[in-house]
Amino acid sequence: MNEQYEIIVVGGGHAGCEASLAAARLGNKTLLITGNKKNIADMPCNPSIGGSAKGIVVREIDALGGEMGRNADKSLLQIKMLNSAKGPAVQALRAQADKITYPKEMLKTLENQQNLQILEAMIEDLIIENNKIKGIVLSDGKKIYSNSVILTTGTYLKSDILVGDTRHREGPHGEKPSNHLSDNLKKYGFKIIRLKTGTPQRIDRNTIDFSKTKREDGDKKQLTFSFDNKAYYDVDKQEPCYLIYTTEKTHEIIRKNLHKSSMYGGLSDIKGIGPRYCPSIEDKIVRFSDKERHQLFLEPESIYYDDIYVQGFSTSMPHDIQEQMVHSLPGLEHAKILKYAYAIEYDAIYPTQLKQTLETKIIENLYTAGQINGTSGYEEAACQGLIAGINASLKLQNKEPLILKRNEAYIGVLIDDLITKGIRDPYRLLTSRAEYRLLLRSDNADLRLMEKGYNIGLVKKSSYDRLKEKQKNIASLTQLLKTTKVTPKKNDYLKQYTTELKDGISLYNLLKRPEITMEHISALTPIPFDKEVIEQVEISIKYEGYIEKANKEAEKMIDLENKKIPDDINYDEIHNLASEAKQKLKEVKPTSIGQALRISGVNPADISILMIYLKKEYNYGNK
Amino acid sequence: MNDTIAAISTSTGGAISIVRVSGEDAIEITNKIFEGKNLLEVDSHTINYGYIKENNKIIDEVLVSVMKAPNTYTKENITEINCHGSIASVSKILELLLQNGCRLAEPGEFTKRAFLNGRLDLLEAESVIDIINSKTEESLSLSVRQLTGEGTQMISTLREKILSLLANIEVKIDYPEYEDIEDVTHSDLIKSIDEIQNDMNEILEESKNAKIIKDGIKTCIIGKTNVGKSSILNRLIGEEKAIVTDIEGTTRDIVEGSINIDGIILNLIDTAGIRKTEDIVENIGVQKSLQQIEKSELILFVLDNSRNLEQTEYELLEKLKNKNYIIIINKSDLKTNIDINKLDKEKIVYISALNNDGFTELKKKIKEIFNINKIETTDLTYLTSSRSIALLKEAQSKLPQIKEAIKNNLPIDMIEIDIKEVWNILGKIIGETYEDELINKLFSQFCLGK
Repeated sequence: MNEQYEIIVVGGGHAGCEASLAAARLGNKTLLITGNKKNIADMPCNPSIGGSAKGIVVREIDALGGEMGRNADKSLLQIKMLNSAKGPAVQALRAQADKITYPKEMLKTLENQQNLQILEAMIEDLIIENNKIKGIVLSDGKKIYSNSVILTTGTYLKSDILVGDTRHREGPHGEKPSNHLSDNLKKYGFKIIRLKTGTPQRIDRNTIDFSKTKREDGDKKQLTFSFDNKAYYDVDKQEPCYLIYTTEKTHEIIRKNLHKSSMYGGLSDIKGIGPRYCPSIEDKIVRFSDKERHQLFLEPESIYYDDIYVQGFSTSMPHDIQEQMVHSLPGLEHAKILKYAYAIEYDAIYPTQLKQTLETKIIENLYTAGQINGTSGYEEAACQGLIAGINASLKLQNKEPLILKRNEAYIGVLIDDLITKGIRDPYRLLTSRAEYRLLLRSDNADLRLMEKGYNIGLVKKSSYDRLKEKQKNIASLTQLLKTTKVTPKKNDYLKQYTTELKDGISLYNLLKRPEITMEHISALTPIPFDKEVIEQVEISIKYEGYIEKANKEAEKMIDLENKKIPDDINYDEIHNLASEAKQKLKEVKPTSIGQALRISGVNPADISILMIYLKKEYNYGNK
Repeated sequence: MNDTIAAISTSTGGAISIVRVSGEDAIEITNKIFEGKNLLEVDSHTINYGYIKENNKIIDEVLVSVMKAPNTYTKENITEINCHGSIASVSKILELLLQNGCRLAEPGEFTKRAFLNGRLDLLEAESVIDIINSKTEESLSLSVRQLTGEGTQMISTLREKILSLLANIEVKIDYPEYEDIEDVTHSDLIKSIDEIQNDMNEILEESKNAKIIKDGIKTCIIGKTNVGKSSILNRLIGEEKAIVTDIEGTTRDIVEGSINIDGIILNLIDTAGIRKTEDIVENIGVQKSLQQIEKSELILFVLDNSRNLEQTEYELLEKLKNKNYIIIINKSDLKTNIDINKLDKEKIVYISALNNDGFTELKKKIKEIFNINKIETTDLTYLTSSRSIALLKEAQSKLPQIKEAIKNNLPIDMIEIDIKEVWNILGKIIGETYEDELINKLFSQFCLGK
């Protein structure tokens, strides 16, 4: 008898967890296949969730009804708001998360999830009929059938661990990699690329002299990722991180042994392209030779074991050199290395082969999410998993897909970048990638996305009601500020903070003055609202001009986004189109003029020609 | 909805230039800078006389055609501003339109809109593609030619400076935990913006000269009968073996000849008037002279050394105040009877058209006025297209609001939005902005990673 599911998710990392939860929660009989249940929601690299841009993504995941925000809240060791002095658009949460608690809590959630089953197995092939996915084949030959499959295999496709001059075919934690799946994908017509990433050493905390380091604490106020706003940690008992710097001796050791690094001659057959934003320590020393020292962070991985993660020290040097390198660091002279640093090379799918829904263009109902799509980072993976899980369900239910625009979410920026521009090295989200980042703030993720999450069916009614309440309060507070006036007579208090009031002025206009904050306002009149509401109103009043400008820009983009390009367009038929543009358009198959414009190598003149062709062929006479 | 676009639609150098505006707000925007009838209330397809003004200062006397959608070339609202050919005033008008909400049109964009709005038929459509192609090619090769050497270099250097500033801001946003990268402070920002402002001024200044060299200076010779205007003209032409070409203009404004003085082209207007009136021995009225003054970028005002100034001459002097002008005191070979106490001595050149004396001085004075003494030594490759200059000015116009924001202590992520815009506009001048420019800069300039 054949086993039959609606959705199969392959891989139990951050993408797989979100994908399978979303699928099951939306009522699909779902199977999650993982190589090892112990590694579900594993954090094989840094012990942190969030960071610049990424912290906002976690909030977006939460607003859409995903799990990462809640799960991170349950496992916090430390949390802070980054960029708090830089303005609202770029603030983001960053947390140290316990590497034991995070996976444990996630597994609990998965196991308690209705409609969801977990299977420990490796998969080898896909079952495809007429370019449509029908199921998967396990390594023992067993077939499992389903209507949709979501691949979230992380770095496990043909992964090689690189240390010095050695290469071993294995995944993180010495797990078995999947050796045949990427070959089979290639066979089905996918373009496969090879990428590389790395991770630093783990050190025994008992062998570190912390007196030689600088202590870095979390924020002294309670913070959470999730809209649930439920804190599981004690603000006064957060685990600290520690800051140290490399020494001249460290640099000398690295320079002397450079040829032994896998990346600098130790291995001659490296094809993978490493991430630019995350270079190895040898890269940093070669490329920035004038820098006397580099910053390193010592981060606790868990309160249940002693490993300390050395952020900034990733390397592919042989073990003996790593010993010397670690011992050249202040406070680590006698440190014991528990795990050596390594680089890992793996296969990924070139992401322009995906649709905006993360369904592959080649095989219907096959989706991919996470590192297999060329991204890097837990948060980037999780949000893709969520989107793939949602869209796989929506398609099976014949509903409109969830496609987030670049002005709606960082998730939208990420997916659009991937499928439109492709990648050269593993993709990390940066605030610089978001042209409308003033709209994509940490503080308004709920207002931007929760309604969508609710309509899809992933956000609880109780949360949605709270959102509605918040929106109502924002409107009333704004109204209050617009209708309450301060008169010159009464402005004795204000004199010390701002220029004289000659005429009466509304609190709304008063707040527009750069030197006036909501605190001043609340000294003038009672503001009976909670701090999220006050914050929201303050930001939208103070930065109204900038926000309006961003909205206008976004409208222009949406306008172009609404100019659709039909699926059946034949670019070869368009004379005059530059050949580079033609080739790129054929590869990416943009769905709109807006998307076409963002493809590198397609210039505005090409777009003009394309628009004229579309008008002529598809819309002529339809004046 | 399409935005409103504007461009100079005639080639420069002619006597009349047309600035065309198309889009929903075309009439509204034009009306903002126009003095005359309220264009919002005039009938469609009318021509309206008036002035283009900037803060009450007259920029040019114009005729504005107002054509309302849909019976127009682009099927959108269109205005066409017919103005005098002077490069300075055409550029200024375009600049004012851009400041008031227009976007500079891309090559071929009017035609493209005409097609997309269903104005052209199928046969014509085929040729539209060719037009856009060729226009793009043309403008590309043109801009490449105009931007070789120093011009590109200056814009690139400026962009690089801004990019570096942006990278310094961005890196601390995306990598806030990196302590060894200095934060960009508000006073650093003010310093950088001032530098950028200075660089832009410098480029614009140089470009102005380049335009003068390329397009020439509209020049008129005025003065009473018998002061020697025509002999001066003949000397200038004969002496320099200048190219004299007849350029057909309109009845309002005839460029009769160009004189090349050491590389500076003087486009003489209304020389016919000079000859004619000299023949008929008729006084030039103040009114007639005033018209000439208004049209010109340089006025050569000729006086007679042998007699004192008359009331009409004083009146004319008064009108010259805000213009570039030179007082030529002719007949220096005769006995001096002129009282120069009330004249600006800086502006005076003595010549004798009869003895061919003082012309070297005159030429020196002209160069002095336009600050182009260095022309012969510099490679003239600054921004010469109106498009480039308009874009640079657009970029420049953003700087005051950036400084205002810095002074008001707005957070850096807000300020950066406007700085990025300036950088993008400059990118349009060079025509090259490639993906991820900023992100590449981040990773090449700073050492980041886990």
